[in-house]
Amino acid sequence: MSDVKKIATRESYGNALAELGAKYDNLYVLDADLAAATKTGTFKKAFPERHIDCGIAECNMVGIAAGLAATGKIPFVSSFAMFAAGRAYEQVRNSVAYPQLNVKIGATHAGISVGEDGATHQCLEDLGLMRMIPGMVVMNPSDDVEAKAAVEAAILHNGPVYIRFGRLATPVINNRDDYRFEIGKGIVLREGKDLTIVATGLEVAESLDAAEMLAKDGIEAKVINIHTIKPLDADLVVAAAKETGKVVTVEEHSVIGGLGSAVCEVLSKKAPVPVKCIGVNDVFGESGPATELLHKYKLDAEGIYEQIKEAF
Amino acid sequence: MNTLELQKIANEIRKGIVTAVYSAKSGHPGGSLSAADIFTYLYFEEMNIDPSTPYKKERDRFVLSKGHVAPGLYSTLAHRGYFPVEDLKTLRQVGSYLQGHPDKKHIPGVDMSSGSLGQGISAAVGMALSAKLSDDAYRVYTLLGDGEIQEGQVWEAAMFAGHRKLDNLVVIVDNNGLQIDGNIADVCSPYPIDKKFEAFNFEVINTDAHDFDALADAFKKAREIKGKPVAIIAKSIKGKGVSFMENQAGWHGTAPNEEQYKQAMEELEKAGEALCQM
Repeated sequence: MSDVKKIATRESYGNALAELGAKYDNLYVLDADLAAATKTGTFKKAFPERHIDCGIAECNMVGIAAGLAATGKIPFVSSFAMFAAGRAYEQVRNSVAYPQLNVKIGATHAGISVGEDGATHQCLEDLGLMRMIPGMVVMNPSDDVEAKAAVEAAILHNGPVYIRFGRLATPVINNRDDYRFEIGKGIVLREGKDLTIVATGLEVAESLDAAEMLAKDGIEAKVINIHTIKPLDADLVVAAAKETGKVVTVEEHSVIGGLGSAVCEVLSKKAPVPVKCIGVNDVFGESGPATELLHKYKLDAEGIYEQIKEAF
Repeated sequence: MNTLELQKIANEIRKGIVTAVYSAKSGHPGGSLSAADIFTYLYFEEMNIDPSTPYKKERDRFVLSKGHVAPGLYSTLAHRGYFPVEDLKTLRQVGSYLQGHPDKKHIPGVDMSSGSLGQGISAAVGMALSAKLSDDAYRVYTLLGDGEIQEGQVWEAAMFAGHRKLDNLVVIVDNNGLQIDGNIADVCSPYPIDKKFEAFNFEVINTDAHDFDALADAFKKAREIKGKPVAIIAKSIKGKGVSFMENQAGWHGTAPNEEQYKQAMEELEKAGEALCQM
């Protein structure tokens, strides 16, 4: 995919905020000394008076956002996934979700593709943590186009939203005229009768490549892009499971608690078929270039292909 | 409203606190009683609020950062007319809107859900910032426990408020000196509280939490401060108004039994009668 345009979804986040800031004058962006990395600096340049740097104090930042939302503003809280979903978990739960406040959490640098910073900064638990909170919408866009769409959808949704963005530049796969984004609606990107790959985030592009590799072996995989982990598009996943009889989930997240768990929860009740959950297998990450880590943890197309061949 | 009238109202609010906690058979009377006069002053004198329009945009905001003293807030709101005083007896019961800790979704007059210590002040700071950002005139008040300020988030919020010069924010510390495990000075001392807030660029006013003239002076002075947030450190007595609860850490989160309830109510009745003869 070397000829495909690549962009990190954190860049898309910053660009979307800067673009939408003009359209929504009630939009405020909060950061905790990471504006250069989360790319909210792009918004800051365009709307300095609506960018609030809270310093290195994520728990307070989430509370400030709750106060802004309680008085009618739409705040986007920005930090690394580790700190937004991890450090400030209880603030998100009790100060944002319990009072159902209209706070959006833009969490960048999720997953092992953070790369060289290593395990302390590679959040592999955020989708699970956020998914467990009542009323929280959890999104994990797959590329630049989808990330921008997710940001606007979050603005238009009244209530708390968590959006996961990545640091690594990834292929743009959704730049087509008929692309439509709707919270809670999965997108079928490839048809196939032999098995269904349900993927999220940067793993969608990897899964599409893995499907091509499987096709060479005569295995036709249906590929579904799940950009919204919660609410999950249960109807689409159940129908695909019934149609293909086997399901593979792929995420750059722990195999515990995230997309794989969400899919299994639904399928075990409505369409119990064999499921292979591909993700990080209950271990911490480590330092290294992102693409090398994705390879080592078998989360690139080759690794996904291998794991599917082993499982089925 | 004169001091005597405020004292009478505060006494009624104390009765409501004791009744609510007794009915619930659980809850936090000690800190509710220590804060009763502060609540009374805020809701009957200081704040620009109107129970008939609890969600009016221009209203002053209050965040109970020490959310466990919900009985104090609820009794105050009920006596101010936000909901029936009779409902206080449903505190903590299944199906009641009067949750163990404040729930903004269902209780008129509650501007923010709270209960997890250290979080309310951040939301209050966010509201004060919000007013500054849109040039709104409302003021924001938040009440913290002196044990609560052991939470690190309190100081994150204080740093931000000082940095942003939020002079529409008043942080009140209910300094009753006791927390669950004992004297705050013995458990993990937050003293000197005033010097700490000063260091975070607050204007600090020390006052007596049970003297309405002193409270009036403090809140009037707070309005005059420009370019800085204000911290009012209010020296109080935990359990104030019920003799056997006063200065007893054990009454932090314990409900009175029937006998204790009767004694507490008798004492408050007598105090009320004495006020009526003044």
